[in-house]
Amino acid sequence: MKVRVIISLKNGVLDPQGRAIHHAIEGLGIHGVQDVRAGKVIELEVDNSVSDAQLETMCKQLLANTVIENYRIERMAAAETV
Amino acid sequence: MSTFRSAVITFPGSNCDRDMAVALEQVCGGEVHRVWHGDAALPERLDFIALPGGFSYGDYLRSGAMAARSPIMQAVIDAAGRGVPVLGVCNGFQVLTEAGLLPGALLRNAGMNFVCREVALTVETSQNLFTAGYSQGQQITIPVAHHDGNYFADAATLDRLESEGRVAFRYAEEVNGSARQIAGVLNAAGNVLGMMPHPERMIEPAQGGNDGRALFESVVKGLVAA
Repeated sequence: MKVRVIISLKNGVLDPQGRAIHHAIEGLGIHGVQDVRAGKVIELEVDNSVSDAQLETMCKQLLANTVIENYRIERMAAAETV
Repeated sequence: MSTFRSAVITFPGSNCDRDMAVALEQVCGGEVHRVWHGDAALPERLDFIALPGGFSYGDYLRSGAMAARSPIMQAVIDAAGRGVPVLGVCNGFQVLTEAGLLPGALLRNAGMNFVCREVALTVETSQNLFTAGYSQGQQITIPVAHHDGNYFADAATLDRLESEGRVAFRYAEEVNGSARQIAGVLNAAGNVLGMMPHPERMIEPAQGGNDGRALFESVVKGLVAA
């Protein structure tokens, strides 16, 4: 099964990368973008034996730094995987 | 007093480990042990552990994140818990925050650029094992070389660090966007220090100055006094 972990910066955490991207978007001549926040997506191919609790442990102890980041775990149905 | 025993941990991608070992040899003296990240145990009876600068694991995932989970780090965490002085410089600081030994996190520099130059620091407290050789309020010059040195912690944590005298160094100029211009922080017990500037690169005049020397001397003197 494919699992997708979406990691985003918490509100209030400065995101210089997002700000630079925002600036570059304006450079394309496209206006009206209010804010840009950059995060990351980690896709895992896991056996069915991997529990939700184990996924939480992975996120808390390694994939995300919960001082600065939020994470969301999505278990993807087979049809969604490419 | 028995021989001073220190260790420098080398992770894959560390690049200031030799500089750190030279600083320990020349300033602290005694035995300097070089320890590989994959080792499960530290040498016995250590007086000082240093985590050097560099780009451990290529900064994959987050700076210091992979190194913080390497086998040797459990031994470092245990040693810190027993009160052994632990210094993390630059990437070493990032590793200490990722390992949970220090609060907060190091974000990408606010200006997005890698900053590599000498900076002015203010010594915020001399009531500490690492900074006893300086005077409070003293301004010193130490080089920085980092991309992710922008110290972040929530307001409550920052207030606690300030009120408990755990901000060791502050930038005396704008460098990387760090919250309250914090350059180095201590743990609650005062035996773990993380800092972005590189004191090991300022131990003798040939390096352009020796403002970093007192930090290493302070640890040796503190140990003798203890």
